[in-house]
Parts: sequence; structure tokens; C-alpha cells
Amino acid sequence: MTPPRRTAVAEGSRAAGDVAPLLSVRGLSKRFGGVRAVDGIDLDVQPHETVALIGPNGAGKTTFYNLLSGRMQPTTGTVVFDGRDVTGLAPHEISRLGISRSFQITNIFPELTARENVEVALTAVHGRALRLFSRAAADSALHEEADALLARLGLVALATTRAGTLSYGDKRLLEIAIVLATRPRLVLLDEPTAGMTPEETRGVVELVRQLAASTQYTFLITEHDMEVVFGLADRIVVLHRGRVLAQGSADEIRVSREVREAYLGEPDD
Amino acid sequence: MASGGETVLAPARAGRRALHVATGALLVVLLAALWLLPGWVPYFYVFVATRILLMGLFAASFNLIFGYGGMLSFGHAAFFGAGAYTSALVLLHFGWPLVAVIVAATIVAALLAWVIGAFCVRLDEVYFAMLTLAFGMMVYAVVHQWRSLTNGSDGIAGFPLGRFGLGLDLQLADPAVYYRVVLVVVALAAVVLHRITRSPFGLLLTAIRQNAERVSFCGVNVRRHRLIAFVIAGAFAGLAGALFAPFNRVANPDMVHWTQSAQPVLMTILGGTGYFLGPFFGAAIFVLLETWITTYTERWMLFLGVVLAVLVIFFRRGIFGTIVDGLARRR
Amino acid sequence: MQGILAALLNSLEIGLLLFVIAVGLNIVFGVLNVINFAHGGLYMLGAYFTYALVSYAGLPFWPALVLAPLAVALLSILLERIVLQRVYGRDVSDSLLVTFALLLVIDDAVQIVWGSGIHVVAPPPSLRGTVEVFGITYPLYSFFVMGAALAAMLALWLFFARTRAGRIVRAAAIDRRMAEGIGINVPRVVTGVFALGAWMAGAAGVVAAPMRAIAPGMGDRIIIDAFIVVVIGGLGSFPGTLLGALVLGAIYGFGGRYLPQVNLVLPYLGMALVLLLRPRGLLARRAA
Repeated sequence: MTPPRRTAVAEGSRAAGDVAPLLSVRGLSKRFGGVRAVDGIDLDVQPHETVALIGPNGAGKTTFYNLLSGRMQPTTGTVVFDGRDVTGLAPHEISRLGISRSFQITNIFPELTARENVEVALTAVHGRALRLFSRAAADSALHEEADALLARLGLVALATTRAGTLSYGDKRLLEIAIVLATRPRLVLLDEPTAGMTPEETRGVVELVRQLAASTQYTFLITEHDMEVVFGLADRIVVLHRGRVLAQGSADEIRVSREVREAYLGEPDD
Repeated sequence: MASGGETVLAPARAGRRALHVATGALLVVLLAALWLLPGWVPYFYVFVATRILLMGLFAASFNLIFGYGGMLSFGHAAFFGAGAYTSALVLLHFGWPLVAVIVAATIVAALLAWVIGAFCVRLDEVYFAMLTLAFGMMVYAVVHQWRSLTNGSDGIAGFPLGRFGLGLDLQLADPAVYYRVVLVVVALAAVVLHRITRSPFGLLLTAIRQNAERVSFCGVNVRRHRLIAFVIAGAFAGLAGALFAPFNRVANPDMVHWTQSAQPVLMTILGGTGYFLGPFFGAAIFVLLETWITTYTERWMLFLGVVLAVLVIFFRRGIFGTIVDGLARRR
Repeated sequence: MQGILAALLNSLEIGLLLFVIAVGLNIVFGVLNVINFAHGGLYMLGAYFTYALVSYAGLPFWPALVLAPLAVALLSILLERIVLQRVYGRDVSDSLLVTFALLLVIDDAVQIVWGSGIHVVAPPPSLRGTVEVFGITYPLYSFFVMGAALAAMLALWLFFARTRAGRIVRAAAIDRRMAEGIGINVPRVVTGVFALGAWMAGAAGVVAAPMRAIAPGMGDRIIIDAFIVVVIGGLGSFPGTLLGALVLGAIYGFGGRYLPQVNLVLPYLGMALVLLLRPRGLLARRAA
């Protein structure tokens, strides 16, 4: 397996690099029959970084997320999170360890209210999933916590609305609220602004910027919208045909020849 | 600010609260009326009412995993039958007081549900339904062929109903007394079951029905959650069966056949899967209709089939569900 | 030795007939994504129609063999148009429930028309009697059943593999929207497939009629068997259905003879084992 090519220094973050990476991926591969959706990815993500993952369709971004979050089993390779080998663990185990993801196709609970959507995650996080005899509706502390999270995303006015009736943009925000409710350390966002209006997109970008600045979270974001990418990312990783084609800062990526070749015909920003 | 569209899990506004208080009051009145029932109807209807209560509990236990949990099981009668047979066997061989009998039967049913459920929750959707059918029929086959224990197709009969226990001196042989015992037990069971649906566990269960994958990505072991729901449902089904055996005077393999498993399914669809009381009303409608129609013709199944098809196609929320939806919308 | 041979023949007979019934169920699932509980009822109707044609219309067996399945197929088209179409695209549970409702209706309908007693149809004169095979006596009609099932299997295979109509059905099964996109009239294909499945069930019912007691409830029993076959072989797999049918036939043939104490539980045990170890069935296609 040929080692991934790098066009820049960026193996670590912009901060002084004596901190161990939060996420360490080595040789990660996923094969479907003859197809190599992910073909030997090596990647480090430092704590509190915001890393953007870009690449043409079919580059393996979503499969990579599926491997990280436990939705799929890797064919080979390892994933180490916070010093712990999480390769091949089940989704709920990985979630408990601190990795949460959003999905490309919005994944919420349509019949529950927005507040209840968040409370599902909070219930799990507080270890109350198996409480059989207390009344969920009477838990005002939980309601407050959920509402606080909704407020952070600007959704608190919709707290008692059925999630299925929300607008597309609000649904995507709600999913981010659910993700944050699980108290992750590493957040994987899968095309968070897909299908959003420019205004909604700006809102998401601002939100992620604030969350990243709070240094509570580390972000990995896949995106097609280059403005979002250049606006948010500390570091950009370019995937192509299941491999890391290039990594670096926005400027480095912008001038990279390999990247432009891979994106043949795709408009740079 | 959004209006309407709240779920039954979160009574949020004053209008909704008033509806709940009214419902509560209505239920109290209903229970009182049911308690007084033997005083003003012939014994025949006391038998009918007993049957409705037990079938209602059976159906409500099924609805926990179907309506709330999204799991369609075709083998739920296995637990009902387990409760019934345990009850019959214990009464026949040991003559325990009824309280101890139903506790034992519920435990046996729960254990059986644990074993069967452990296998079934590994599968989804259609495969889950098929596997529950397979296990249900396996239990039927075992009950049918293990003659030394279960007396095969003849079933177990002639078990005496002794004391109730707990120091209460009750004439269980009197249908009115037995009916009232059933009423109390079923009402208590319903309260417990309802509490479970409104708990954090219940919230997660309905979330699993809507989007199991999302729930697992929130850190919940979905398989384990489903298994626990399955066991609870099996336990309550066993409780219903345990009280049904003495009422029916016999425990036979038909109680475990898949056609018996279809009954709670039908009753739940009739009443409506979306509300807790739906299955109880469905059971009432089912039993009353059957009682009424069979006085005119034997062709009850035909009528039931037509009603079921119409409901599934046009009134998916069931009769009770459609009515309550209509009332809730008016507010 | 003779015992084994008898059991083997028994297994083949049961298995091949089960194949004809189950393959109709499987085809319908493959194209419509519907599990048709009423399939057992259609089988039963095939038997009852045969009885009606033979007893009331005085027809000999052979014309009945042609007409009865056609009648069942026509009825099924009506059912599909009026009832089934309304639950397409919904949860799988809904189609299970609706087809279960249809089964209930058919169960009672036959009792209204023909009473709840048992009816009998005699095999045609040319197929009565027994033959000697390797030292055991076996009914001639049973060999007809096996032969007819094999013929049906061959015809079906040819239909799917060699004819244009068969290819269209396979296309619709694999990807409905794609099929629509290339101009296939999918609703008509869907109805046609449902009718084909019904025809097979009805034909199986006709063929089985002289061998089995024609009574209400025969539909209930056979549908469970068909489910078991489809599960063991794999939802959506043609060779899987054959394998599943032969396996179940063997369970009945040999289990009934050699393990009578536990024979009732064996089919369900087999079904459960397959579901647990290879839930997609022994020979399911990946695409399923």
C-alpha cells in the first residue's frame, strides 16, 4: 500500500505539537467486493481542531465516517480515539466513548417534539435509558437542559413542535442539537449545510465557529461548499478514491496541483 | 410559535392538561361502573367482561412492543400460553393461592420471553416477525407433543381454584368475585404498564421505533432495550394468561397457536396502536362484536377480515385512535 | 431400506408441491415487496374450485386443472386492484395485516359457499392406482404431482431466463424506478406478477386436491409451510425456494417417520436456525 502523499507540513495542528492526537487513524480500508471505498487512510486529528474533509463524490468521505462511527466494520486498519483502540466497535459504544456524528440525510425522530428529540440523547447520556418508573414528562431539569441546547442552535421557540413538521434547515439544526446532547469530544458533521439556503448556511458556519472557539469540541466536517470549508477549517484533508490525496491549510490546498487535477473540471472557489 | 402537533408523550399546555384531567375522571367513572357491573347485568355479560379485560391486557402488552416499540411479533401467544399453563399446572399439582400462582406464571412467562427475545431482537422487521412466528409455533409444538407435562391436545382441566391469598377470603368460584379480582389486577397492571410507557425507557422505546439507528448513535444499546421491552410485554401477557386459565377452566395448545397470536394484533389494530387505551378498546370491540355476530352467523371471521382490511387501509389509527385524534384536533 | 425409500418419495412429493406454492409467494415478495398471507387462501381456492367444477359442473379433472387456476388468477387480479394497491409503499406490517385480513375473508367465504365439512375429489381414472417402485407400492398420482411440479418449475425457469416478459419482471424486481424509467409499465407488471403467483398457488391447490382433504383451514396450514420454505431458502431466491422446499419436505417425510415424538417442532426449529445463522436464507442473493 503506497503511503498517502502530502503536500504540506500539516501532520499536526497549528498549536505546539506535543499534544497527542485525539483521533489517530492508520491504514483504514473498506472493501466492498472489488470496490475499495476507503483505501488506506492515515489521519491524525488534534484536540480542538476543526478539520474539513473534502473530495469529489465517491471519494469515500461518508464511508470513512461510517467506519469511524461504527456503522461499518473496516476491512483493515485501526482507529485510535483518545488513546483507546475503537476499531470495529458498535455504534453505541463509540458514541459513549465520545464520538458523535450527524448524517447526510437528516436523521431525527419525526413524531417527537424538538425538545423530546434532544431529551432522547440526554436520557442516554445521563444513563437513564432503563428507568422504567419515573415520568419523563415531569423531569423539568431535563427539559431545561434540552431547551438550553435548543437555544444554542436557535431552536428553542420550536421546542414543543413535532420534529417532522420542521423546515428542512431546522431539522438539520435539530440533528446537530442531538449530536451535541450526547456530549461528544469529537463531532463528525456530514455535509451539515447540504440543501440549506445561504442564510441558513451562514448560520451553521457561525454556530460551528462559536462551538469550536469554546474548545469543548473537536470537529471533523465533510463539505462540498468551499466557502464553508475555507471559513471554518484549521486544516483541510482532501480525499480522492478512498485515499488522502493532500492535507494542509487552506492556502496550501488552494495551490496544490494534485488537488486541482483530482477535481478536474470542478470549480475551485 | 408552532401550534398543534404535540405528541401524547408531552402534555405541554393548559388545554391539553384539561383534556387529561377529563380523561382521568372518565376513567375513574368507567372503573367504578365496571366494578358495579355484576349488579346489573346477567352473568353472561360478566363472563364477556372478564374476557374483555384479560384480552385487553394481552393486547396492551403486545402494543408495548408493536405500537411503542415498532416490533411486529407473531408469537406473542407463547407467553400468554406459558402463563396459562403455569397457572393450570401449579393449581393442579400444588394448589397454591391465586396470588402466588399469578406471580409464578408471570415470572415463567418473563423467562420464556427472555430466552426467545434474546434471539429475536437480533433481527429486524420482516425477519423479526418470522422468527417470533417460528418460536411461537415451536412452543406450540412442544406443548402439543409433551403429553406427559401438558396433556397434549386435550389440555389441562379440572384444576381447582383455591384461595386467593393475602388473607382475603374470596369466593373465587363465584364469577362475579373472580371478575372483580381480574378487574383489580388488570387495572393495576395497566397502571404499571402505562407508567412504563411514560418513563425515560418508554421515550427511548418510541424513539427506537421511529429511528433505531439514531438512537444507537446516541449511545443506547438498542438490542438490549428491545429485549427488555420484549420481556416486559411477555410478562404482562403471561399475567393475562395466568388469570385466563382458571376463567376458561382449561389450558390447551390452541392458546399458543399463531392464530391466538393474531388476536392481540387484531385487537390492537382495531383499537389503535397510537394510544395506550387503544388495545383495551380494541379488545372490547372485538369481543363484543364477536359475541354479537356469532349469535346470527358463524361467519365472524369474514366480518372481522373486512373490518380489519378497512381499518388498515383507511383508518390506520384504529377506531379509538381515530376518535381521539379527531377530538384532540378540535382543541 | 424400504422405509427410507418411502420417506424419500414422501419428502419429494411434499417438497415439490411446496416449491410450487412457495415460489409464487417468493416471486410476489420479490417484485411487490409484499408478503401475501392470503397466498394460502388462494391455494385453498384452487382446491375448492376444482371440487366445484368436478362436482357441480361435472367436468372431468383435466379441464378443471386448466380452469381452476385461471379462476384463482382472475380473482387475485380483482383483489390486487381493489385491496392490495392501497397499501403499496407503506410499512411491510400493513401489507401483512391486509393480506391476513384477506385470508380471514377467504377462510369464511369457502365455508359459506361449500360448508365447513370435508370434500373429496377423486383423481382422474388414468392416474388412479399404485405402482411398484424398488419393492414398495406408491400411488401413481403422487408421481403425477411430482412430475407436474417439475414441469411447472421448468416452465417458470424458462419464463424468467429466456422470455422477454420474464426479463421485464426481473428488471422490475431489481429496481422499480429504473424499470419505469425505461418505459416498463410497472403497475401492470405488478398485477401480472401477483396473478402469476396466484395462478401457481391455485394450480398447486388443484393438483393437491385429489390427495388431500379439501377443508377449511388448509390455507392456514400451508401458508406457514410456505413461509418456512421461503425463509430457509431466502426471500427473493428461486433456487433457494427449491432448496428450502426440499429441506422442509425432507423434514416432514423423514421426521414424520423416524422422529414422531418431536416431528411437530422440527420445521419451526429449522426455520429458526436459518433465521439466526443465515437470516437472508441459505441461498439468498446479495441484492435481497
